Amino acid sequence: MVTNAPRTRGFNCSNCGAAVELRALQHTLTVACTSCGAILDPRDPNVHILQTAALKESVAPAIPLGTRGLWNGRMYEVIGFQRRSIGVELTRYSWDEYVLFNPYQGFRYLSCYQGHWNDIRIVHELPRVVSSKRPSAEYASVTHRHFQRALARTDLVLGEFPWRVRVGDEVTVDDYVAPPFLLSSERTGNEVTWSQGIYTDPRTIWQAFSLSGSPPRAHGVFANQPSPYRQGLAVAFRTFLVLAAILVLVLIGRLVTATDADVFSGNYVYRPGSPEQSFVTETFRLPHAATVDVDLSAAVQNGWLGLDLALINSDTGDAWNAAHEISYYSGVDSDGSWTEGSRQGWVRLPRVPAGEYYLRVEPEGDAQAAAGVGYTIRVRRDVPSLVPYGLAFVAILLPPVLVGWRAHVFERRRLQEGDYGE
Amino acid sequence: MRGPAGRCPNCGAPIQFRWSSAVQTVCASCRSVVVRHDVDLDAIGEISDLPPDSSPIQLGTEGRFDDKPFTVIGRIVYEHDEGGWNEWHLAFADGTSGWLSDAQAEYAVTRLTPPPKPLPKEADLTVGVRYDWPDGAFAITTLTHARYVGVDGELPFEYWGKDKMWFADLRRHDAVFATIDYSEEPPLLFVGRFVEYDDLGLRNVRTFEGW
Repeated sequence: MVTNAPRTRGFNCSNCGAAVELRALQHTLTVACTSCGAILDPRDPNVHILQTAALKESVAPAIPLGTRGLWNGRMYEVIGFQRRSIGVELTRYSWDEYVLFNPYQGFRYLSCYQGHWNDIRIVHELPRVVSSKRPSAEYASVTHRHFQRALARTDLVLGEFPWRVRVGDEVTVDDYVAPPFLLSSERTGNEVTWSQGIYTDPRTIWQAFSLSGSPPRAHGVFANQPSPYRQGLAVAFRTFLVLAAILVLVLIGRLVTATDADVFSGNYVYRPGSPEQSFVTETFRLPHAATVDVDLSAAVQNGWLGLDLALINSDTGDAWNAAHEISYYSGVDSDGSWTEGSRQGWVRLPRVPAGEYYLRVEPEGDAQAAAGVGYTIRVRRDVPSLVPYGLAFVAILLPPVLVGWRAHVFERRRLQEGDYGE
Repeated sequence: MRGPAGRCPNCGAPIQFRWSSAVQTVCASCRSVVVRHDVDLDAIGEISDLPPDSSPIQLGTEGRFDDKPFTVIGRIVYEHDEGGWNEWHLAFADGTSGWLSDAQAEYAVTRLTPPPKPLPKEADLTVGVRYDWPDGAFAITTLTHARYVGVDGELPFEYWGKDKMWFADLRRHDAVFATIDYSEEPPLLFVGRFVEYDDLGLRNVRTFEGW
């Protein structure tokens, strides 16, 4: 038992006489003449003009009515178009909605606001609404956060709709977002209809419905537009974790393998007034190219000792210079005892090649230390330094911080489109 | 599953009940509503042709629900101010029956279910009223004042010539769906869930020119 149902039913608009097609047949509860915009009763189109809403200007939907395309794996035909708007202060913001029909799978919808498209289906389940300062609605295990409540007005209708619609109809719309999802409730009287949209790349729509040209550019940030930084942020954060782990491993490796060995140590006394104070140490060997640390300590008391140092390669004569001044003062005043300075000092010489070395030391101090000032010079090689690791850490931390900031700015722009902007 | 056979009391054409529990059928030749009293058949009225409709489902359509095969053997058509819908009577292979409702290509399969507690009274019907259910409460989401426009095929009860009646649709946070039919006293409760067309694996559906 197979009956063939006719594809469409046609009649002439009782307002302007133009041909009107009924593509969804008995499913259609409203049909608006595409020529004059008059809303006709599809059950008795020749008699009843339900609303004469003559089009003031010709409107060309981006997807012409009657266009078919393979959408979500099924053939759908675009049979209806409406333009709706909401008023914010004195400005009206309008968007377009398309009715898609397949005689078996039924209806689905496309919406477009300033180049941002959504693929929309009716939701049969009742989402679980949780009231709070910013309410949320849970559907299909996804928590959608309230974004905006608005009074949506129908400004223009063309073609067929599976519900009764008139120009000027107003419904309260609540939008909840969980990018890429947009969960909407529309309240008319005491009936609530829920639908869920998914943010859709318009190029897929252009391709599916074989539209010419390319889709208009999207403006601004849309309610359920996925953040372009969200994935980047996740990647940046993961990269950061990997690099930080590598950095820690390298640092541990450095700490473990660092020789940190004493290669020379000597005790000296500085006597002010002696004509020639500078001297050279005996030679010591640096077995591998590495950094050289020189630890200094001096028994200064309310005085200072300056040391000019030169690390000299005894084979080549190459020299690396460094200077350091140790000063230490202490005393007692009305606030109690105080100290200033330190008896310890430290200089680091850059990486020097392996070889035999000695130090040339040129001390200089204040003249009061008549008894002489004892001091110690200790040379260590290949002492691990944390500074480059700290710098590297800052460098790898930079990308996630930057991407995070941009993601934050994007979310702020999103919220400014709704009820929760600053 | 094949039920008893007989002849139409009105025109004498052979009547075959495809489902053993069917109580009513429509004679294919004279459109009489034929009711079964044990072995006797009684013609209780004649119905006009059903209005044209755009449902892809028809008598004889076969499909599966929860892995149970079914055949569409009967139909009730309802109409209200905002449109209409079909209740397709399903005979499952295991001898049970169910309903596939089709409202503008939105589908739900339900079965007659004894209410665990009294149903809301017709006078108390408002959108938002809760009805407790063992694994999660329902809320009334839609009230429809509909009249029946026609019947076809085999039905599990006598059904014809009724006045306008109330239907309450109940939903909850999952796909479970219920309808209370206030045409009977006490009202009838049907519980099931929303389904996608593609999930039913329907065969022998109507074809639409160009689709």
